Amino acid sequence: MAEHIIPKKTYIATWATLMAMTLITTLVAFVDLGRFNTVVALAIATFKATLVVLFFMGAKYTPRLMRVAITSGLFFLALLLVFSMIDYLSRLWPA
Amino acid sequence: MSHSTEAAAVHSALQAPYRDLEHQRETATLGMFVFLLTELMMFGGLFCGYLVYRTLYFPSFLEASKHMDLTIGAVNTAVLICSSLTMVLGVQAAQQGRRKAIVMWLIITMLLGCTFLALKGVEYSHHWAVHEVPGINFDFSSAVPLVEVGKVQLFFALYFIMTGLHALHMLIGLGLVTWITISAYKGRYSSAYHNPVENVGLYWHFVDIVWIYLFPLLYLISRMHT
Repeated sequence: MAEHIIPKKTYIATWATLMAMTLITTLVAFVDLGRFNTVVALAIATFKATLVVLFFMGAKYTPRLMRVAITSGLFFLALLLVFSMIDYLSRLWPA
Repeated sequence: MSHSTEAAAVHSALQAPYRDLEHQRETATLGMFVFLLTELMMFGGLFCGYLVYRTLYFPSFLEASKHMDLTIGAVNTAVLICSSLTMVLGVQAAQQGRRKAIVMWLIITMLLGCTFLALKGVEYSHHWAVHEVPGINFDFSSAVPLVEVGKVQLFFALYFIMTGLHALHMLIGLGLVTWITISAYKGRYSSAYHNPVENVGLYWHFVDIVWIYLFPLLYLISRMHT
């Protein structure tokens, strides 16, 4: 299998989406959504990061082994964040 | 390139124990991803600490976050995204064996990287001028209830450690891009062999992703709460 060359227009479209998302996340920060400001900002960041991994880093076109490695890394990061937050958030509960 | 010189280029690039260049390239890419995952866990620990303290000391972190320069933060996000685009265009030029295009795109990438660091420097010097550097130059007072100076200082400590570690990665990235630019200029890469360009590209995008999360967490999240 020869190396997959991603077309230039895919890169340009990815870049344009990332720039638009940066503008949107900045503007949304000035709208009061209460708790959802945090949710929206992190959701947009995750969407942007996903685009970078899939298209700029080419994960969409790499062999399955690469995707297994990336997914396992994200899984362990999720373990770290989720279990730490479960611990600290539950400490704040009244006894 | 004629068939005989192409075969010679393949021969000189292929190392033991790989059976062909495809095998060698995929192994290099997998190794780079594994390295980046260790980097992810390092930054992940810092992000985890930030999230925990932000939850515990919310009023103080809210107040401290308002002292970030949102304009510079947003412009720097855009600068890094543009540098990721020029980086992939450089990698694509390497895949197609276009030597001059590799050098051009990589130089633009370095200029954007330097722009990012220069703006970061402007921010840091402002923090120093208004005494927001924890430990050595910190003077903060607030009349807002529930805001404690020590906890505001903790926000700035996390801010400097996280953005500082990110800036260190940018500096290392600039060094790596300088190296592959010189190698590309000397004609070391071809459409058959350009693993270093691809892997430095992966590193550059990873550093971009770290900033994609630092920007909302440090600059944006607390804007609207009053």
